[in-house]
Amino acid sequence: MPAVALQGVRRSFGDVVALDGVDLSVEQGDFVALIGPSGCGKSTLLRIIAGLDAGEGQVAVDRSSIAYVFQDAHLLPWRTVADNVALPLELRGVPDRGAVARALADVELTDAADRYPAQLSGGMRMRASIARALVTEPRLLLMDEPFAALDEITRNRLDERLRALWASRGLTVLFVTHAIFEATFLAERAIVMSKRPARILYDARIELGERTSAVRGEPAFAHEAGKILAALERGSE
Amino acid sequence: MRRTILPPLLAGASGLLLWEGAVRVLKPAAYLLPPPSTIARAAVADSGTLASACLTTGTSALAGFAFSAVLGVAIAVFLSTSRWIERAFHPYAILLQTVPIVAIAPLLVLWFGVGGRAVTASAFIVSVFPVITNTLAGIRSVDPALRDLFRLYGASRGAVLFRLELPWATLSIATGLRVASGLAVIGAIVGEFVAGFSEGNPGLGIVVMTSYRQLRTDLLFGAVGCSALLGMVLFGLVSGGAHLLLRRWHIAAS
Repeated sequence: MPAVALQGVRRSFGDVVALDGVDLSVEQGDFVALIGPSGCGKSTLLRIIAGLDAGEGQVAVDRSSIAYVFQDAHLLPWRTVADNVALPLELRGVPDRGAVARALADVELTDAADRYPAQLSGGMRMRASIARALVTEPRLLLMDEPFAALDEITRNRLDERLRALWASRGLTVLFVTHAIFEATFLAERAIVMSKRPARILYDARIELGERTSAVRGEPAFAHEAGKILAALERGSE
Repeated sequence: MRRTILPPLLAGASGLLLWEGAVRVLKPAAYLLPPPSTIARAAVADSGTLASACLTTGTSALAGFAFSAVLGVAIAVFLSTSRWIERAFHPYAILLQTVPIVAIAPLLVLWFGVGGRAVTASAFIVSVFPVITNTLAGIRSVDPALRDLFRLYGASRGAVLFRLELPWATLSIATGLRVASGLAVIGAIVGEFVAGFSEGNPGLGIVVMTSYRQLRTDLLFGAVGCSALLGMVLFGLVSGGAHLLLRRWHIAAS
C-alpha cells in the first residue's frame, strides 16, 4: 500500500482554482520533492495530505504517523528547545523524555536543549523544528519549504542531515520546494508542478548515487537538475 | 535610575514652588486655591482620615480589578470560541465601555445596596473592557501554523487554550491589566460619589465630596492627591507582577 494516494484532487478558493485533478501516489520509504513556482498550489497539496485542508477527490493517507514541518520554525517562544520538541508527545498524552533526547541528538541540538528559541540562530531553530517533527517517530514526513529562509551554506548542511535521517530512519518524505538544486540533492523522485491551477508536468526518478556534499559538483547532478529546470520552464510558458 | 527619577522630581518641585509663590503673591481665596504648604499641613492633620479612605477605596478598586482580570479573560476566551459568538456579543461588550458609569451607578446601588459592593461593581464595569479587548486581540493573533500543529497532533480544546492561546496572549493580557488597574481606581471613586455613603470608613470619593461641601479645598486636594497615588500604586503593582510573570517572555523576545 502506498504511503500517499491521491486521485482527482481539486481545491478552489472562491474563483481561484489552486489544484485541478491531481493524481499522485507515493511509495513507502520514498523521498519525493514537489517542485513548482511560488503560489502554484504545492503547499495546498501538502496541507490536504496532512488533513489541514479539505479538497475534493480521493485522498488516502495513513495519518496515524504523520509529521509536518512548516516554512519557518514556528516554535513556542515561551518554551525551551527541549519543551518545544516534547510538545507533540504531550499533546498526544505520551510524554517521553528519552524520545526528546534522541530527537535532539538526531539534529545535534543536545547542547541547546535548555535554551529559548530567541537565543538560537535561524538554522538551529529549524533543526529544533525538525526534532519536534521527528519526536513522534513518524513514518510520513511532510515538509513545506522548510529551509527557504536560510542561507545557502546552512541550507546545504541541513539538506545533508535530512538525507541521512531519511536513510537511517526509513521515513517517507514529501518535500515541497522551489529550489531545483535542493530538490536534486535530496530526493529520489522529482515531481514538477505547473502554475495555478497546479497539474503535474514531470515525474521522474533522480538517478544519482551516494548523496555526499561532493555529488553537487558532478556532471550527473547538473544533468538531473537540468531536466527539472527544463520541465519548470515548460510549465511557466 | 538617576536619569529617570531626577528630571520628573525637579519638574515637580519647581511646579510646586511656582504654585506656592503665585498663591502668596496673588492671594486668592483659600477655598479657591490653597498653596501646597497648606495642603500638606491639612494632609498631615487629617492623615488618619486619608489613610483609612485610601484603604477603603483601594480595597474596592482591587476587588473590582480582580473581578475584571478573571471575568475579563474568561469573557474573552468565550468570545474567541467562534466568529459567530464574537459577532453576536462583542457589541454588548462595547456597550460596557460606552455607557457612562455615573449614569448606571444609581442602578448599581439598587442592585447591590449602598456601600462596598456597589463601589466594587462600579470599579469592575469601568475596568473590564480593556481586559476583554486585549485578551481577545492576543488570542486572535496566535500564529495560524501553530494552530495547525496543535490540530495535527489532535490537541484537545483545553490544550489549545492553556498551552497555546493563553500563553501566546500573555503580553496582550498584561497590557489590558495595566490599563484596567488605573481605571479600577477611577471606577471606585466615581462609584463612591453615588454609592459610597454607608457604615464603615468613608472612601476617597466620600472625602472629596464632604470636603467640597465644607469648602475645605485643602483636604480636597489631599484626597485628589491620594487618589492619584492609589492609582499609581495599583498600576505599579500590576506592572511589577506582569514583569515578573513575563520574564521568560522577555528572554524569549530579546
